Amino acid sequence: MQAVKVYNYREVDELVFLDISATKDKRLPDFSLIDDLADECFMPLAVGGGIRSIEDVHQLLKVGADRVVVNSATVDVPGLISDIANTFGSQSVVVSIDARKTSPGNYEAYVESGSRPTGHTPIELARQAENTGAGEILICSIDRDGTMDGYDIDLIKNIASSVSIPVIASGGAGNYKHMKDALDAGASALAAASIFHFTEQTPLEAKDYLQSLGIPTRRSFK
Amino acid sequence: MTRVAIVNNGLSNLDSIFRVLQECGANPFVTSTPAELQNATRIVLPGVGSFGKAMQNLRETGLADQLQEMVVTDGVPFMGICLGMQLVTQSSEEDAGVSGLAWVDAKVKKLQTSSPTERIPHVGWNEIFPSDNVPLFEGIPAGTDFYFVHSYHVDCGDVTLPISHTPYCGDFVSAIAKDNIMGVQFHPEKSQKAGFRLLNNFLKI
Repeated sequence: MQAVKVYNYREVDELVFLDISATKDKRLPDFSLIDDLADECFMPLAVGGGIRSIEDVHQLLKVGADRVVVNSATVDVPGLISDIANTFGSQSVVVSIDARKTSPGNYEAYVESGSRPTGHTPIELARQAENTGAGEILICSIDRDGTMDGYDIDLIKNIASSVSIPVIASGGAGNYKHMKDALDAGASALAAASIFHFTEQTPLEAKDYLQSLGIPTRRSFK
Repeated sequence: MTRVAIVNNGLSNLDSIFRVLQECGANPFVTSTPAELQNATRIVLPGVGSFGKAMQNLRETGLADQLQEMVVTDGVPFMGICLGMQLVTQSSEEDAGVSGLAWVDAKVKKLQTSSPTERIPHVGWNEIFPSDNVPLFEGIPAGTDFYFVHSYHVDCGDVTLPISHTPYCGDFVSAIAKDNIMGVQFHPEKSQKAGFRLLNNFLKI
């Protein structure tokens, strides 16, 4: 809750709140926690983790989520993405794809917090997501997540060139240059966590840096 | 205190707009019945979801008729947000054949990309360029960023309708106004300080 208040104060552009062990632990989304978070969150809020049904989505939107992020259920619950898109609109559903490198240039998509291989490439899942009505792809490199070694640029290029919906890059941001690289690779937006939690770098400085390179970012409203 | 009705069309995130209106000092209430709607001195119609489902819901509940009477006949200040703005038009490419509330001369069309870097849906923060001397945008300069999430935009037949535009997919109308009827394509309730300012302006109109 404190983190949400800080990010709101710091004017981050969007908050992505993922309960990454929910599906694995067979938990539903924590609706009452999301309700409380959303009340302090005056910026866009995307929520994921444990979503299995259209009812879960309805409930999350009701308590204040703007968009839902679906990972495991995209392969486990056929038809869920198109159901969400048809009911709430494409803009309300983000499909997240966790990718692990299997050999140079090759990736496999995993679900349940990266613990279960799907047998699909991330590109296959991204195209399927777009075709079934997803509004955005959140592509996360399992290998880079938490390392702060930089986004997986090849992975981002793969996905961004395979779909025409926006792609959010996730996993590996350690400095502002990494962010620029991911945008150059075709990402429309950047997700980052460790860099803001474990270093002195801030969302505002990141935006200043990108702005100085001619990349439009949101300016603070006084 | 201003009693602001937030119209519940069954599919929206209503909590966010409720919280912001509360922070702005208004007295918001969520309603899905025509009888309750009568108590409002301001009306906000938020919206996610599809045009067809939302219109069907407004008609089945009797809200469409009640809104018509209060907004069009009695002149209660009204703001449509995102899909809520689109619903005041005549129709939408999203669900061909479904009539909108048709309070203004405009139709909803799908966004079309105008450069390879643009993607649809249009998601994220983008600049708005308001017309001069619009009360809704008082204190909000050209180039202020607001939060957008949408695939459709309002194409105005009435050239006096647009009060702001946004340079994306060519250039689209990001806000409209006709007397007491206002609509914004972006989400003021998710646009932090700029959004607070806009909603405060709306409460003063």
